[in-house]
Amino acid sequence: MTNEELQLKSIQLRKKTLEAIYGAGAGHTGGSLSCLDILNVLYNRILNVSPETFSDPNRDRYVQSKGHSVEALYTVLADRGFYPEAELKTICHYQSHFVGHPTRHIPGIEMNTGALGHGLPICVGMAIAGKMDNAPYRVFTLLGDGELAEGSNWEAAMAAAHYNLDNLTAIIDHNTLQISGRTRDVCSNEPLDEKFRAFGWAVKIVNGHNFAELTEALNKPAEPGKPTCVIANTVKGRGVSFMEDVAKWHHGVPSDAELKQAFGELDAAEMKLKEAK
Amino acid sequence: MSAPAPSMYSPAAKAMAEKLGLKMGRANLDEFAATLMELAKANPNIVAVTSDSRGSGKLGPFGQALPKQLVEVGIAEQNLVGITAGLAAAGKKSFGVSPSCFLTARSLEQIKNDVCYSNVPAVLIGISSGVSYGALGTTHHSLHDLAVLRAINNLIVIIPADNFESRQAILAAARATKPVFVRFGKAAMYGLHKPETKFEVGKAITLREGNDVAFIATGETVVHALLAAGQLAERGIQARVLSMHTVKPLDVAAILKAGRECRAVITAEEHMVNGGLGEASASVLLQAGVSKPFRIVGIPDEETVPGAQADIFRHYGISMEGLSETALRLLK
Repeated sequence: MTNEELQLKSIQLRKKTLEAIYGAGAGHTGGSLSCLDILNVLYNRILNVSPETFSDPNRDRYVQSKGHSVEALYTVLADRGFYPEAELKTICHYQSHFVGHPTRHIPGIEMNTGALGHGLPICVGMAIAGKMDNAPYRVFTLLGDGELAEGSNWEAAMAAAHYNLDNLTAIIDHNTLQISGRTRDVCSNEPLDEKFRAFGWAVKIVNGHNFAELTEALNKPAEPGKPTCVIANTVKGRGVSFMEDVAKWHHGVPSDAELKQAFGELDAAEMKLKEAK
Repeated sequence: MSAPAPSMYSPAAKAMAEKLGLKMGRANLDEFAATLMELAKANPNIVAVTSDSRGSGKLGPFGQALPKQLVEVGIAEQNLVGITAGLAAAGKKSFGVSPSCFLTARSLEQIKNDVCYSNVPAVLIGISSGVSYGALGTTHHSLHDLAVLRAINNLIVIIPADNFESRQAILAAARATKPVFVRFGKAAMYGLHKPETKFEVGKAITLREGNDVAFIATGETVVHALLAAGQLAERGIQARVLSMHTVKPLDVAAILKAGRECRAVITAEEHMVNGGLGEASASVLLQAGVSKPFRIVGIPDEETVPGAQADIFRHYGISMEGLSETALRLLK
């Protein structure tokens, strides 16, 4: 898939994500939109997972530590054919397994997440298992920048470097906002690149909405013997003008009018992209 | 104030153990370590994970013999459980080993989410549980672990009473396809079972039959119930003794049978009286309409008395003498 094709897909996935959140009457809009391009690149360019190979012991693993952005993940997995898109209409509904954070009841989900600070330690375990077995797979996790306040991340960061886990990549969805506001104002954890380097990681900083940069950073481990940290600079609420970089859209649900306006903007972007081709 | 490290057994209790033919074994923790080593030598897929706890977990020899099957994470219990879960999700049979006091408190959320909710076949080993660390104080006691773990879905909780149960628990945990927590103490234990005894997860073992009073005990308190039963027999009182090695899922049938057939029921556990085996048993009996004189013997809801494990047990009546007295009072 070309960068332009991925770009087009991202716009379509944004619409489906917003529709899913609207239908659920709940969800994490801002974070889903900030990480969507990352998921798009992972599932369409990087991870060797598919519905057919999901039980293969040598598949790549992806654990979404920032589990609240599950609507984006559910949408991407539907697009990859793990289940029919119609299932997205059941998100957060009575007796639907599509609950508001990832669970293994859903095809394509590796681990149940949602409480923050859990994905990285789990992925360290998976990566150690991969090393023990000389397995070819890589392990990826997606962390929120606000999530990095959880101390368990740093326990895992130390262990990952200690065990030279170059089969592990942690992607930080660095949208600089959390529920209460700007992460640097809530309790600053910057500079993240220096922190991860000091913990023994190889660090790459990319534009988290640029498909070429994301692909280059995720395509292979950054440095032999070191875990890779990809700091993806993103915009919370990306793609919808009135949601972009606004903390209240962390778990805001669009009204009828807001959904219409968002679709108008995304339709226009889609049209513009198609015309440019 | 008494001297440290007193014996767990009074001279009379030791005499009763001899009369009952009980032989002193090793610490359940030693039995665990030996069993795990044996299994891991035969199965390279077995991995032990420690949080600077290989010494206290008796896994020094394991680390030396099988260095590639031991993952050390340092003093980081949250990470220990997360990594143990990740290893299990990636196909390893992982055993996360850490003192119960830290494992089931600091990393409770990892137990709940990463292991139980994600349903990976990881095994968590709580070492030096209850008041094993006695005089080290409340920071090192785990008197809450059964209460919190009982309230988490999808977890088997086993508390072996002797070396036999310890070995059987580890064999069962190694075979299990779902999460298991096994709780060990570090005191040497009397052997309570014949080698041919059948061990089944979720099924209590009847150590002694009797219909006057039933002792439903778990872990390192079971031996004291058995000794008390011997003492009570000398007064013509026949006590039933159940080793309730699995606290979750609970052997409801054995509890109901004891409640219906005996005149009184006493539970014993190395745990706070809130939320442990006693309250679980009471709930089973009451919901079935079985109402008999009933006592929960454990650590009360107070700052635990300072002292060694033996001091604490004796102080709160977890001893042959204490349990006999409780039975006599209840049967009056």
